[in-house]
Amino acid sequence: MTARNIEALPISVSHVTKTYGKVHALNDVSLEVKSGEFLTLLGPSGSGKTTLLMVLAGFTRPDSGSLKFGDREVIRLAPHLRDVGMTFQNYALFPHMTVAGNVSYPLKLRKVPKAEIAERVENALETVQLVGYGDRRITQLSGGQRQRVALARSIVFEPRILLMDEPLSALDKKLRDQMQIELRHLHEKLGMTTVYVTHDQREALTMSDRIAVVNHGRIMQLAAPRDLYEQPANRFVADFIGDSTFLPVHRQGKGVAFGDMPLKIAGSVPDAKDLQLMIRPERITLARDNNGESSNRFSAVAREVVYQGDSYLLQSELADGTLITMRGAVRGANLSVMPSVGDQVMLNLEPDDAVVIDGSED
Amino acid sequence: MAASLANETNAAGLRHDERVEKLKLFGLSAPALLIVFVVLVIPVGWLFYLSFLGADGTFSLENYTRMIDRKSYRRIFEMTFEVSVLTTALTILIGYPMAYFLAQLPNRLASVFMIAVLLPFWTSLLVRTYAWLVLLQKQGLINQWAIALGFWDEPIKMVHDLNGTLIGMVHIMLPFLILPTYGAMKSIDRDLMKAASNLGASPKHAFWTVFFPLTIPGLFAGALMVFILCLGFYVTPAVLGGGKVIMVSMKIVSNIEMFVNWGAASALGVVLLIMTMIILWIASKFLNLDRIAGGGH
Repeated sequence: MTARNIEALPISVSHVTKTYGKVHALNDVSLEVKSGEFLTLLGPSGSGKTTLLMVLAGFTRPDSGSLKFGDREVIRLAPHLRDVGMTFQNYALFPHMTVAGNVSYPLKLRKVPKAEIAERVENALETVQLVGYGDRRITQLSGGQRQRVALARSIVFEPRILLMDEPLSALDKKLRDQMQIELRHLHEKLGMTTVYVTHDQREALTMSDRIAVVNHGRIMQLAAPRDLYEQPANRFVADFIGDSTFLPVHRQGKGVAFGDMPLKIAGSVPDAKDLQLMIRPERITLARDNNGESSNRFSAVAREVVYQGDSYLLQSELADGTLITMRGAVRGANLSVMPSVGDQVMLNLEPDDAVVIDGSED
Repeated sequence: MAASLANETNAAGLRHDERVEKLKLFGLSAPALLIVFVVLVIPVGWLFYLSFLGADGTFSLENYTRMIDRKSYRRIFEMTFEVSVLTTALTILIGYPMAYFLAQLPNRLASVFMIAVLLPFWTSLLVRTYAWLVLLQKQGLINQWAIALGFWDEPIKMVHDLNGTLIGMVHIMLPFLILPTYGAMKSIDRDLMKAASNLGASPKHAFWTVFFPLTIPGLFAGALMVFILCLGFYVTPAVLGGGKVIMVSMKIVSNIEMFVNWGAASALGVVLLIMTMIILWIASKFLNLDRIAGGGH
């Protein structure tokens, strides 16, 4: 590894608003990205996450707001003067140039001496494991290789901020999983402040220091992956991350109850009108015995059982018709207890895994 | 071998289906091939044959040696090239910015402007040429208005010479350049310009290092088309040239109409055809000729 560790810059977004007609693409968004942090903007398409990234890059002019890189106000700075690296969803490599031509492009613009250009291009290609590909044409490369060239091009001029717009979405799953880890390592090595856009929750959980869940042009929750998954701020965040089942619950005394069944929960109950119990499919299990005093038990009928190789999915119906999804482990012994459709099952939810959330959408 | 024999199930039938399908496909293109043969290959072959007949009806190279010996012929070829080169250059200068303008417009507006480009394209060549004559002549609209508005005092000569010919020809050729250039521009991923900008290129620099190079194949295809069409152009130089612009096509006509010399006319036609083919051959070294037809991105 020869690339220097880059002195990263914090990003400060405050009160940025962008409307298209009546639609708020960004609705008074404020966000602090710490120096050297890997922050992911996660949201469905049309949520405003890409608009926010384009505002950071300077391609979208917001209606109002402030954007600072370090101490410097850049909201009105032209994109070519911002000095941030960026990778695009379909790479945006220049098809009429070679790999080296693409990677050296930002260096030539910065009037770097020729000998140094060659060296830095070589280093960048080494960083993305494409040594010896300099003379290749872009059309000769596979999707994964193009992705690496795009990455090399965006880091070769050592920007202190790196923006990535769904960089892995065009790759197949295996390559994507591998690149996620590689990007993570690269970030640790280079240390630039990174803002990453994706709609893939697993990708966001895998890579990020913090995740900002975006919807309707607003940030729903900004938290570390673990907090986001364990304690979603509202129904939207809980629903977007993971495939949970939600049961409406209400306050009963100090605790909460589902119907007339009091729930045993370890965490706190949010201060909200509409409360829901979030059941993650991998946190609920089949009860193995009948002494359920310390946990929550739901009696149900198996409606669908899907074998998926590494696990099985069980959809079972409560007496009131609610469907609960459970993901069960497939192991020698468990395989034999995989229920069949129509079986009576007893579902078990430990108090630690019984999370009550604010049931509002935003 | 027993295994392969065992796998011959239905093989003969499938091979038969394959043959029948190919024959049917050929059957579909046969009418077109026949037409090309009758209206193109036979007449051109006939011209070729005629060009080698002398005035006395026997085999002779006199139709070709004449072109080399007589200065007037040489002048005609020079003039043809001069007009074609100038027209192509002017068409590029006017057409490229127009194509760029069209490519930047939102799609709906672009199609409105595209109709404006194509409308003259669908109007008769003769009508357009005479329309220019009406506009450009000494008592024409442009002179009348310019004098009325006080831009100049005396009528200016704008037609019946090379200038008039070029104005008319450039106008007629513009769509041929704009269409492939516009196509090339539209097929450029917009993110490329963003990427260039993000990497530090000013808009001007991004244009010259990324956008323009990527439009060259389309521009080249259009320019080639214009140049080749110009080489054989007749109506516009004949009407707007005022006898001062004599191109190969016009000499062919006069050879037949005034001198009834089919041999001389045919030889000119053959030379024009060969020149065109040489230019296309050279161009094909640099360019996928499919592009002219709008394909091959």
